[in-house]
Amino acid sequence: MSAPTAPAIAARPRPWTDGSAAAARVLLKLRHDPAGIAITLASPVVLVLVFGYVFGSAIALPGAGDYREFLVPGLFATIAFNVVPAMITMARDSGRGVVDRFRSMPITRVAVPFGQAAANAAYGLLCLLLMAACAVVVGWRIRTGLGPALGALGLLAAFQFAATWIGMYLGLVIGREETAAQLSVLVFPVGMLSNVFVPTAGMPAWLRTIADWNPLSALTAAVRELCGNPLAPTNGAWPLEHPVLATLLWTALLLVVFVPLATVRYARPR
Amino acid sequence: MVAAVVAEGLVRRYGTVHALSGLDLVVPAGTVCAVLGPNGAGKTTAIRVLATLTVPDAGRAAVLGHDVVRAPGLVRRSIGLAGQHAAVDDDLTGRENLRILGRMHHLGRRGAARRADELLERFDLADAADRLVKTWSGGMRRRLDLVASVVVAPPVLFLDEPTTGLDPRSRTAIWATVRDLVARGTTVLLTTQYLEEADRLADDVVVVDGGRAVATGSPDALKAAIGIRVEVVVEAGADLPAAASVLASWTDASPEVDEDGLRVGAVVVGSPVPLPEVVRRLDAAGVTALDVGVRRPTLDDVFLRLTGDPRTTGGRAA
Repeated sequence: MSAPTAPAIAARPRPWTDGSAAAARVLLKLRHDPAGIAITLASPVVLVLVFGYVFGSAIALPGAGDYREFLVPGLFATIAFNVVPAMITMARDSGRGVVDRFRSMPITRVAVPFGQAAANAAYGLLCLLLMAACAVVVGWRIRTGLGPALGALGLLAAFQFAATWIGMYLGLVIGREETAAQLSVLVFPVGMLSNVFVPTAGMPAWLRTIADWNPLSALTAAVRELCGNPLAPTNGAWPLEHPVLATLLWTALLLVVFVPLATVRYARPR
Repeated sequence: MVAAVVAEGLVRRYGTVHALSGLDLVVPAGTVCAVLGPNGAGKTTAIRVLATLTVPDAGRAAVLGHDVVRAPGLVRRSIGLAGQHAAVDDDLTGRENLRILGRMHHLGRRGAARRADELLERFDLADAADRLVKTWSGGMRRRLDLVASVVVAPPVLFLDEPTTGLDPRSRTAIWATVRDLVARGTTVLLTTQYLEEADRLADDVVVVDGGRAVATGSPDALKAAIGIRVEVVVEAGADLPAAASVLASWTDASPEVDEDGLRVGAVVVGSPVPLPEVVRRLDAAGVTALDVGVRRPTLDDVFLRLTGDPRTTGGRAA
């Protein structure tokens, strides 16, 4: 039926091929968007400058810690928690019919979000490394050793992978790029409601409870601990007393919830 | 005659809205079927059901004998889909778009690259191939989207309003691409708001309204059923009644008289209208006609005829 030159239609599923093609798609797009990469990398640098030097000059940590050294792990965590790029990308694909095209093809449907998440994670890891280099310039140091530092990087990368799934799910639910972009401003307060910028001890009790149980706080505390940077008081909150374990649990929980949600949402007919 | 696409009594509700309310249609293999209807007639929902993107609430549909609900995987191996929006990546070049799809179709890196080059060449997109798609014109994007749906030359192709919103030149280019694919044996089901598009491309036309087929037939049969519209513009309002009575002899409905526009129009069904004869009779009746012409029926005319229900189609019917 088809023209003699046309290739045959794939006969059996190959999830790995489909997933890596989806990942290649994300990475190719990044390559064409150096301005976007620059903005992604510039924003943490701006945060370091604004909070580290402007606010930092007026914020005194309990104890004798240096504020910038306290702040940098929190900024790592903020970047790792950034669900916005995955959300906007997926909302755009959904709104423009790209998701429909993929869904009408004989591919392993769940392989596409997996491929995109993997590509996002690879890109995110690169961003974290570059940001660490910037942080060293403003005086941040790893005061433990290579092992714990790599552990911190691993935690951040794992958390970022989980956050990507949240973003993809939200993007699929929202389904329109414009709406997703408008909603993205709501992500910033999540970062403020944590121990990223200030210790939570001074907050009103109810707010402090929210902030202490914010997964971002656990991740931040874990990175501070692993890198030997100044810690905030734990207020007796369990996630802050055991930040590494809490972060692992949070990451697992987010993955257990959002991977199925996103893949089912991606694959099911509407 | 083997049916490539069959739909029987398809129903799909969104809340209280019936997008499809019992749609039937049959597309024989190797033919082009145009689903013609206004916005909201259920055209896109029909395509979504057939392409396994939406599950129908009732009825059944099959592509090459594979049920769209029970064997969606087999259906997806038989179809290509080009939706209403150009579902290509703006942030990639045309070549990259096709390469990624080729890889998803398991052609391998090399195979996908070769196939992309071949398609770009064949469909005259090679010059722009290495520019980002966001710099392409709307018509070219739509053409790339169409080409993207045939990376592996599926036997059945669904095109949802492939030319809506395009300028006439881009439309002609899309038509040429569709004809090329059909010549290679592809079965095409396309939706359109344009009677002219159905006329140019389709072997069969299914007119849909309110989620069901209200008429089915070849474009010629459909046009014969709809008739053509004859219009006369007169110099003076006093001539209008005389002009109307001349036109009345070709139509059983009474001609419409537009007093402000000094215009009389009538839809003539069946035989072709002999324009010289119209002019002679107007002359004999002492009418000074400024303009006498026939006009292709519009989608509005189609609905007026088929459903007795004049309706707006967004003013875009050709």
